[in-house]
Amino acid sequence: MPDILQNNSVEKNDFGVYVHWPFCLSKCPYCDFNSHVRHQAIDETRFVKAFETELATTAARIGARTVSTIFFGGGTPSLMQPATVGTILDAIGKHWNVSPTVEVTLEANPTSVEATRFKGYRAAGVNRVSLGVQALNDAQLKSLGRMHTAQEALDAIAIARSAFDRYSFDLIYARPGQTEAEWREELARAISEAAEHLSLYQLTIEDGTPFAALHAAGKLAIPDPELARILYDVTQEVTAAHGLPSYEISNHARIGAESRHNLIYWRYHEYAGVGPGAHGRLLIDGTRHATSTERRPESWLMRVEAGGDGLVEDESLTREEMSDEFLLMGLRLAEGIDTARYAALSGRSLEGARIAALAGVGFVEETADGRLRVTRTGFPILDAVVADLAA
Amino acid sequence: MTTVPIDNIRNFSIVAHIDHGKSTLADRLIQITGGLQDREMVEQVLDSMDIERERGITIKAQTVRLNYHANDGKDYILNLMDTPGHVDFAYEVSRSLAACEGSLLVVDASQGVEAQTLANVYAALDSNHEVVPILNKVDLPAAEVAKVKQQIEDVIGLDASNAVEISAKTGLNVPAVLEAIVTRLPPPKGDRDAPLKALLVDSWYDVYLGVVVLVRIIDGVMKKNMRIRMMRTNATYDVDRVGFFTPKLTQAEELGPGEIGFLTGSIKEVADTRVGDTLTDDRKPTAEALPGFRPAIPVVFCGLFPVDANDFETLRAAMGKLRLNDASFSFEMETSAALGFGFRAGFLGLLHLEIIQERLEREFNLNLIATAPSVIYKMKLTNGKEIEIHNPVDMPDPVQIEEIQEPWIEATIMTPDEYLGSVLKLCQDRRGVQKELTYVGARAMVKYELPLNEVVFDFYDRLKSVSKGYASFDYHLTDFRVADLVKMQILVNADPVDALSMLVHRTRAEARGRAMVEKLKELIPPHMFQVPIQAAIGGKVIARETVRALRKDVTAKCYGGDISRKRKLLDKQKEGKKKMRQYGKVEIPQEAFIAALKVDV
Repeated sequence: MPDILQNNSVEKNDFGVYVHWPFCLSKCPYCDFNSHVRHQAIDETRFVKAFETELATTAARIGARTVSTIFFGGGTPSLMQPATVGTILDAIGKHWNVSPTVEVTLEANPTSVEATRFKGYRAAGVNRVSLGVQALNDAQLKSLGRMHTAQEALDAIAIARSAFDRYSFDLIYARPGQTEAEWREELARAISEAAEHLSLYQLTIEDGTPFAALHAAGKLAIPDPELARILYDVTQEVTAAHGLPSYEISNHARIGAESRHNLIYWRYHEYAGVGPGAHGRLLIDGTRHATSTERRPESWLMRVEAGGDGLVEDESLTREEMSDEFLLMGLRLAEGIDTARYAALSGRSLEGARIAALAGVGFVEETADGRLRVTRTGFPILDAVVADLAA
Repeated sequence: MTTVPIDNIRNFSIVAHIDHGKSTLADRLIQITGGLQDREMVEQVLDSMDIERERGITIKAQTVRLNYHANDGKDYILNLMDTPGHVDFAYEVSRSLAACEGSLLVVDASQGVEAQTLANVYAALDSNHEVVPILNKVDLPAAEVAKVKQQIEDVIGLDASNAVEISAKTGLNVPAVLEAIVTRLPPPKGDRDAPLKALLVDSWYDVYLGVVVLVRIIDGVMKKNMRIRMMRTNATYDVDRVGFFTPKLTQAEELGPGEIGFLTGSIKEVADTRVGDTLTDDRKPTAEALPGFRPAIPVVFCGLFPVDANDFETLRAAMGKLRLNDASFSFEMETSAALGFGFRAGFLGLLHLEIIQERLEREFNLNLIATAPSVIYKMKLTNGKEIEIHNPVDMPDPVQIEEIQEPWIEATIMTPDEYLGSVLKLCQDRRGVQKELTYVGARAMVKYELPLNEVVFDFYDRLKSVSKGYASFDYHLTDFRVADLVKMQILVNADPVDALSMLVHRTRAEARGRAMVEKLKELIPPHMFQVPIQAAIGGKVIARETVRALRKDVTAKCYGGDISRKRKLLDKQKEGKKKMRQYGKVEIPQEAFIAALKVDV
C-alpha cells in the first residue's frame, strides 16, 4: 500500500505513549476497565522492570520517534510511587526523543492519601493530572462505589491546582434518579472548580459490571433516552456559556487546553501502549498495526519477563478497518475529519449522497477547507451517524 | 417373468388422515410380503422426500408392487398406490384413485374420522371403489373401537361391521389386511388383445433415468422398444424400459392389462407429459381416449423473494427444478420496489405453498421472503372488460372497477365439542356463513361457506391453535361472489411498500391495517428521524403509528483502548444493515416484513 505509506509520511504524525497501571484499591460498580484489586502488596519494582522491558521492545520494533504525549492511565496510577513514575519516564526518554513541550498526564483518585503524592509526581515529570471526581455529592459518590467524599475531592482539586500547570477532572452524569435541575447545579459547581478542562461522561451500563446485573434485575433505573438527551443538551449549553465548549463528545476545554494525548487517539495518530491490557496503533513499515497486551497483570508480567513484551494481539489493519477507525474516532471531535485523509486511508471517498442526506437533516456539515464534522444536533446520535456513513 | 392372470391382480390405495398410520401400514405390508429386507427398511419407505418423512405427510403419490401368496394357495400381485392425505393435493388423490379398483380406509381408533378423510373417502366412493375400513392403533388405551365403527357408519355411511382391527406399528393383525385386499377388493378388468390403452398417472424426473412415467394399463400390453403415442399432445416416444417398483425399481419385459408400472423413453421433459393423458400404441392406436382429469389449477398466490438479492438466479434455477416434478406449481418473474427481484408463484393451497417454500430453502439453501398470500379476483371494469388478478399491485384504479368477485369455498371442520365455540367464532370472524352443524358422539362437524381470501391468511394456523391441534379441516372451491374489497396499502415514511399491500374486505381493513402498523412499529428500529407508518385505503389513512426518532445514541467514552471494540461493533452494525431493506430513507428489517405479513386479526 504505497499510497498509504506516502500519506502517513507526509501528514503530521504525533506519537504518544500510554502506560497502564492496572491496580485499584476497590472496583467501582460501573467500571469495566482493566482494573484489578490485590490484597497483598504489589511488587512495584518488578512491574517497573517489566515496563522498562516492554518499552525497549516496542522502541526496537518501531524505531525513532518524537514523543509528544505520555499518559498514565488505569486502574489507579496514583497508587504508584512517584519514583516508579520517574523510572518509567526515564525509560521513555532513553528510547525515544521526547518533545520539549511533552504533555505528561497521570490519572489520580482525589483522596487525601493520593494528594500527598502530587508534588512527587510533579518532580518526576508529570505536568497534568486528571482527577476521577465523578460526583460532587457524598450520597451519589457512595452509590457509585467511590472511596472519597466530595470535600476530599475538592481538597484534592485544590492541591492539584497548586502542584500542576494543568489539571482536569471527570464527572459522571445521567446517574440513577438525577434530575435536570440537580445536574445544572452540580455542573455549575464543577465549572467553578475547573480551570481549563473537564470530562463529563453520561453513565453507561457496561456488560459484566455489578451495575449491569442491577440494571438487568430492574434495581437500577437510569434516565430514559429522552432525559439523557436533555441532560446532554444542558451540558453542552452550560459548558459553552462558561468558555468550556466540548471539543469531543464528553470532553470540554478552553481553546488550546485540550488533552493532547487523547487528541492523538481521536485524530488517529500513532500511539504505543505498554502495561497489562494496553492497546496501541503503531506504524510499522508503512502499515498500521493494532496491538494489545495480556490483561491479567501477573500473566502480563510473566510474558514480558519471558519474551520482552506482553502482546496478545498484533494485526496489521486493512484499509476498511483503518478508515472505519478513523471515521469513528475523528467524528467524535468538534473539528471533524479531513475527508481527503479518509479517502487516502480507505482508497475511496465517503459517499456524497449519504453526506448530503445527513447534511440535509442537519446532522453533519462540510467546511470550506474540506473537513466533515458532526453538528450539535448530530452529536447526541453520533453512533447512528457513523454507522450510516460507514455502511 | 411369469405373467399373473388379471384376476390375481389387486390395485388399491390407502385413504387416511395425517398421522392415522397410512405410511406405517404401507411399511408393514411391504415388509410382510418381502419387498424389502429388514435392513433396507427406513420408516415410511414411500415418503421419499425428507419433508414428507419429517412432517409425516405424503406429497407425491408413490406406488409399490407386492407379491402375495394368499390363504387360497394362489399368488397375487398387489399394487399399492400411496396417496397424499392433504386437501391441497386432492388432485393427486383423484388420479391415484383412478388407477385403482379399491381403497383401504384407515382410521385411527383413538381419534376417529377426520375432515380430510371424509373428502378422500367420498372421492374413492365416487370412483366406484370398494372400500375396506381398517381401524388402526387398536392396541392404544385410548382406542374406542366400537364408537369409531359407529362413526364410520354414521358419517360415511359405510358398513364397518367387518372392519379389520390392526396395529400397524406392532404388526398386529396386518396379515388380515392382505387377505381382505384379495378377498374383498375386485380384480381389474381389461382386454390383453385390445390395442394399448394406458392412463398416465404421474411423471417425474430422475437424474439417472430421465423422465419416469407412471402408468396404469387398461387394455393391451406395453413393451420395451414400442413406439407409444400420447393422445392429448399427439407426440410419440420410443419406450426404453418398462417395469415396476417393489419399492426398488425392477425392469420387466412388458406390462399387461390391470398392471401399474413405469416406462422410460425418449421423453425429454416432465412438461411433455400430461397427467391423465392416454397412452397408446402408435402403430395400432386405440379408438377412444380415457376421460382424463381436470387439470390442477393454482388457487393461492404469493411473491417469493430471495433475502439476499444475489440469490435471485439460484432461486430461478431452483424453482425450475421443482417445477420439473410438480406441474401444479406455476411462477413468473416479479419486481418489487421493497423486495427486489423475485417470482409471483401459484399453488394448490397453503400447505403446497409452505412445502414449496420449505423445499426451496432446504434443498437449495435459499433464504426467502413470502408476501401475503392472495387468491384470484375477478374484476368487471367500467369499460366492460373483465380481468382476473392475483396480485394487489395489478389492481386497477378503483374508479375503473365496476365489481369485484372473490372465490368462496365450502369448508368442513371436525372438532371435539369443547373447542366448537372457538371454531365457530373463528369462522364468523372470517366472514363465514354456517351451513350445517351435526354431532357424531363428542365430535362436532360444521360446514361453513367462507371467502378463500380469509382462509389463505392464517386460517389454518388459527384453527389449529384455537382447537389445541384437534380440529381438522378440508375445503373445496364453490363459486365466485361479489365482494366489497378494497386495496389496503402500508406507507412507511409516506412511501407505499408494495410488498405489503393487499386486498381485504372493507369491514376487515381497519383491524388488519392497525395490526400491521403496530407490528411494524415494534420491529422497525428507531432512525435518525421519526418514521410514520400508515395503513391507507386510497388516500384515506385508517391506522397510523410513529417510530420515534433516535434521541441519544452515542458512546460516552472512546479512547485508545476502545477503538478495536468500537470497530467490531461498527462491523456488526454494517452486517445488520445489509440484512435490512432500504426503503426510501428507511431501513426495514426482513423480520418486520415477515411479521407484518403474519399478523393475526
